[in-house]
Amino acid sequence: MIDIKKMIRAGLIDENPTFVQLLGMCPTLAVTTTALNGLGMGITVIFVLVLSNFLISLLRKFIPSQVRIASYIVIISGVVTAIQLLIKAYLPALDKSLGLFIPLIVVNCIILARAEAFASKNAVLPSILDGVFMGLGFTLALTLLGIVREFLGYGTVFGLDILLRFGYKPILFFVQPAGAFITLGVLIATVNALRTKFLSASKKEENK
Amino acid sequence: MNFFAILSIMITAILAENYIFSKFLGCCPFLGLSENPSNALGMGCAVTFVMTLSSLITSLINEYILVKFNLEYLQTIAFILIIASLVQLIEMFLKKSVPSLYSALGIYLPLITTNCAILGASLLCVQNDYNPFISAVYGFASGIGFTLAIIIFAGVREKVAFADVPKSFKGFPIALVTAGLLAMSFAGFSGITI
Repeated sequence: MIDIKKMIRAGLIDENPTFVQLLGMCPTLAVTTTALNGLGMGITVIFVLVLSNFLISLLRKFIPSQVRIASYIVIISGVVTAIQLLIKAYLPALDKSLGLFIPLIVVNCIILARAEAFASKNAVLPSILDGVFMGLGFTLALTLLGIVREFLGYGTVFGLDILLRFGYKPILFFVQPAGAFITLGVLIATVNALRTKFLSASKKEENK
Repeated sequence: MNFFAILSIMITAILAENYIFSKFLGCCPFLGLSENPSNALGMGCAVTFVMTLSSLITSLINEYILVKFNLEYLQTIAFILIIASLVQLIEMFLKKSVPSLYSALGIYLPLITTNCAILGASLLCVQNDYNPFISAVYGFASGIGFTLAIIIFAGVREKVAFADVPKSFKGFPIALVTAGLLAMSFAGFSGITI
């Protein structure tokens, strides 16, 4: 029986790809100038991750272990190309704002890491679920970063005016590259602080 | 294409559009392998070497095979396969004929296949319609920019390791903040034209 609760917790909190495993930093930093871009990138990655996990788990008994990394890369790049063509056809606006970072999902470490660590060892259904929850964890982190940066940098969230009506002067620094590094650093530190706080709290309760 | 146009492409790729600080390509090795300057130098050299060759070869293959037979949609797959096999080939070649260079760069080479800066450089060359020669120059200059960034960052990080930072900032978060401050200084180069 698959322990779904545990998988959700692992993907979103305990093994969150961005905040804990620190994988896939390039798209995380590059596309999160607005919340919508972060969400778009996250959802694209969910699709890629689910499909690639599904295919790799399906083929795991046929792929010789000596050439497995090369085979994974071919499968992943095939999936990414298909999704790239779909986005180009149906969501041209998203294609324009994510640009180069859609084909670069091929070399996103999260995809290969999940293929190697999970899909190559587990059955099809758990692999698909793992793709969904890991992808959701990544989406959560990207959207959060996008919300913070858009809120401070443009005064809006998902394009909705929040601060501008109160005469807020946007701090453009946060949507520039330097702001990306610093915002992510502060966010990860915040997550760390919250984790240590809750972990020590739950440990104390266990000791009682 | 005259000398100044090439120089302009190089300066832009090294400083104004630095791969790490303005394009965010190659952030994984940048953050992962910058604990000390000598490792950073090794990684930077390996990236520059592979990027120059891979930009040249992918650009040749794109121009004479993919475009000729209307197979542009296969770019991503073709490029990643070329890069992976190229890295393998370089590794084998160095191991056999230049052992001293292999012992210096060897451990960084396998990591390069999944470095998004390499694939990114190939894709950007195609996007900007560079011919094979300009692609090689662009790949080389971008590699130099990457090396410059990672060495400066490793130097700063070595000092930060001894600083007394808040507990939750220790390790990765403070490295990110440091990178942010460096990115600010590199932002000063944006807008340079020759």
